[in-house]
Amino acid sequence: MDIIVCIKWVPDTSEADVVVDKEGRDIKKDDLDYDINDWDRFAIEEAVQIKEKVGGKVTLVSVAPEDAEEMLREGLARGADEAYQLWDDSFEGSDGYAIASILAAFIKARPFNVVLTGTQADDDCAGQLGGMLAAMLGVPGATLVHKISIQDGKAEIIRELEGGLSENLEMDLPAVISVATGLNEPRFVSIRAVRKVAGMEIPVVDREGVGVEESKVGSRGSRTRIEKVFLPPEGEGAEIIQGSAEEAATRLAEILKEKGGIA
Amino acid sequence: MTLLEPANVALAGIPAPAIAFVILVSAVGFFVYVMYRRIDLLRKTLPDSRLSDIPQRIKLMLLYGFGQARQPRYPLAGILHILLFAGFMILSLRSLTLIGRGFFADFHLPFLTGSVGLAYEVLKDYTVLIVLAVCIVAIIRRAIFKPARYQHPEGSSHGAEAYVILGLVAGLMVTDMIFDGSALLGQTARHSVAAFPAANLSAVFMSGAGASTLNMLHVGGYWAHILIFFGLLNYLPISKHFHVITAIPNVFLANLNKGAIKPVQCGVSDWMELPECGLSRFERFTWKHVLDFYSCADCGRCSDNCPATTVGRALSPRMISVKSRDYAYKHYPVFGAPPNPGEEEFTGGVIKEEEIWACTTCGACEQECPIFIEYIDKIVDMRRYLVEQGRMPSSLQKPMQQIKKKGNAYAGAKNKRADWTKELQDCEVRILGQGESADLLFFVDSCGSFDPRIQEISRAFARILNRAGADFGILGPDETDSGNEIRRLGEEGLFEQVAQKNIEALQARQYKEIVAFDPHALNAMRNDYPVKFPVVHASELLARFVRDGKISLHDKYLHGRLVTYHDPCYLGRHNGIYNDPRYVLKQIPGIHFQDMERSFTRSFCCSGGGLLLWYENEEEKERMGERRVRMAEEIGAQVIVTACPFCLINLEDAVKTTGNEGKIEIIDLVELIDRCTGDGKDV
Repeated sequence: MDIIVCIKWVPDTSEADVVVDKEGRDIKKDDLDYDINDWDRFAIEEAVQIKEKVGGKVTLVSVAPEDAEEMLREGLARGADEAYQLWDDSFEGSDGYAIASILAAFIKARPFNVVLTGTQADDDCAGQLGGMLAAMLGVPGATLVHKISIQDGKAEIIRELEGGLSENLEMDLPAVISVATGLNEPRFVSIRAVRKVAGMEIPVVDREGVGVEESKVGSRGSRTRIEKVFLPPEGEGAEIIQGSAEEAATRLAEILKEKGGIA
Repeated sequence: MTLLEPANVALAGIPAPAIAFVILVSAVGFFVYVMYRRIDLLRKTLPDSRLSDIPQRIKLMLLYGFGQARQPRYPLAGILHILLFAGFMILSLRSLTLIGRGFFADFHLPFLTGSVGLAYEVLKDYTVLIVLAVCIVAIIRRAIFKPARYQHPEGSSHGAEAYVILGLVAGLMVTDMIFDGSALLGQTARHSVAAFPAANLSAVFMSGAGASTLNMLHVGGYWAHILIFFGLLNYLPISKHFHVITAIPNVFLANLNKGAIKPVQCGVSDWMELPECGLSRFERFTWKHVLDFYSCADCGRCSDNCPATTVGRALSPRMISVKSRDYAYKHYPVFGAPPNPGEEEFTGGVIKEEEIWACTTCGACEQECPIFIEYIDKIVDMRRYLVEQGRMPSSLQKPMQQIKKKGNAYAGAKNKRADWTKELQDCEVRILGQGESADLLFFVDSCGSFDPRIQEISRAFARILNRAGADFGILGPDETDSGNEIRRLGEEGLFEQVAQKNIEALQARQYKEIVAFDPHALNAMRNDYPVKFPVVHASELLARFVRDGKISLHDKYLHGRLVTYHDPCYLGRHNGIYNDPRYVLKQIPGIHFQDMERSFTRSFCCSGGGLLLWYENEEEKERMGERRVRMAEEIGAQVIVTACPFCLINLEDAVKTTGNEGKIEIIDLVELIDRCTGDGKDV
């Protein structure tokens, strides 16, 4: 079973003061810490668990600049067998479509049974890569997958739907499966576990190595353009309830009644 | 009428000395073989350096081994044990004498002749009676009163062994009494009851017996005594009563590095290069840890004081020892081939993951154990293995990951580490750059830098330092998490990284002393860091300020409320600081202070600090903090003072969940002293 996991290097904005940059089309990222997209941690864990069950090889791939090596190395420490960093200056400014084109070109050139991705990324939350990748590879795709079992060349999956519904699907392999968070418990990666894979090579593959035309990457190969990024205007209506517990509870009940929260 | 002595009575035609010889050789031979097998396992385990500071070890052995100094922590059981132990010591000479009597009718140990010999016999006779009484009380206590701490949570009780041993000891006493009592009746000159109460007591039961019956009792009592003696000797190393032999060496070999965690592997400098890390299998315990298992008497004092056991978590420290010993005896049997180990895991299987993560490393178990059995290092070694396997509870992964990325578990940016100072009024906090100096270096740690509640303690401490006129500074952005919990959660690699960053930052500045108000930071720097720094806890510094008159305290804050003090584990048990915080408290004019029943070395953990704040446990029926607040409630305390930021957080939560909000105030010693020194305007 050849499993390829696509992972993304994203800025951590959770506790940071997010500032829009001068051009107004992106946020300032210089002071931000980068890390693996949280959804992708679950994808790697799932790939390693499938390998542990049915055997095979797990390959990690990321379209990311040099700093992202530590993310790929951590992925190797999680149990992946090899990792590739796809980077070329011409990749700068790629949107989801261009990234999918790069990944598709890379994946097509090698054997694969399952491609795993996170359903979306923490930074742009576009959720488009899995679907586009499946289309470009000409294989079936599914998103928000919360359970995977591989048997006899087929994947049986369960998708999480709105309203507490689940959907069972059988998919022919090869396929692109985009996972939801929570489908497994990603293992912890200790410093020693990373040290153990310190000697493994992580090849950096450029545009020619990937075999993708220049017109398909970067802003030229992109189909979307960000016009403006902005922080939403501060809303009104927040009220800090003060007073004793009884007073606060009374006031809270009033508000809930007023706004139709309770009958 | 004179009785025949056993040495002179042939049994079934075989001369007594020949029988004595056979019994002696076979019993000692068997004992030596069993001991060889037990010691052989110690040789198969990992090294452990336990011969440092011999004078200190001798002191420990005399005080806690022979002196039994921890026994009276449980008064009744303690006194019974001390009597039994003293009895064993006294009667060992008697046993040697009796063994000799199988060969020579008038055998005496060379130094026990004449009047010394007579004095010993009197002492021995009293001892026999006392030991017999202790055995009877102990049997009644176990059988009828059934103390809860003896019960095993998981079935597989070794309780029956206690009856066997008590029965054998009682048998030794009774046979000795029969032997001496029959001799007493057989002789014309009667010894006084006052000098030989045991012999006289048994004589009462045998009075009126004819010469041949007395002879039979005398000789029979003797051989029964000898057989029970050797039976007991050989029962020790195959039962939980091995401690009779191993306890005193175990105390001598105790861990002297209190507060510190053992290295990954003794004598290995680059543990990262080792093929295995942590306790992957039983054989990776150190020999001393296996000696601990041999030595556990299953008395249950550790678990009786364990906060995790108390609130219903999966951990019971005693069961770690009992299950490990069962595993050792099963897989390293005295006779026969060991069973196939199969797929059974030791770490994660025999000792379950829930047990391993339930420990707060508070040290109550180690403090209580009469013979210094260790638990924290074993738990940490098991965690090291699990962490290496990636098996860490998910609630702990995120904060651990944050420390790796940002140097603190609060996801705070490095350059905002000193932002807590911004809200201070009229009080400047200097960030020491590299090469700069101050008298005092205030190590704030991550909680004091980023947790909004704990930032209040940081500010209170800065104000006190300011009032006391101290020249102090902080590391600011160059400070990293102290790493105390990282190490205790088994992530040694990350601990080394953060420790190294702090060591470099600390070495790049000049100061006379480092001060921390978080006992976990104090402990890491004082006991774990490979480079030793002069570090004191805030309470020690405050005590000095008060003594030197640098700060003066007023009574405008407490208003006569009843104050109690909660000893933080890492301040008290791990670093022995109990008196300074109390001294400072008692200097507050008019303070109304009372200790809780559980205080000083018996303090009850609030559920742990550092990363443990994030740990979610699903098994517990009650929070440890809630239990602690109830203990304060019992004495009617209105203020609980502590000296650890994590105790503060846990106890403040518990005050709310136990419905004590507004009734009991939780306050850090530093905050309290700030309020009792300032004019109240800057709080």
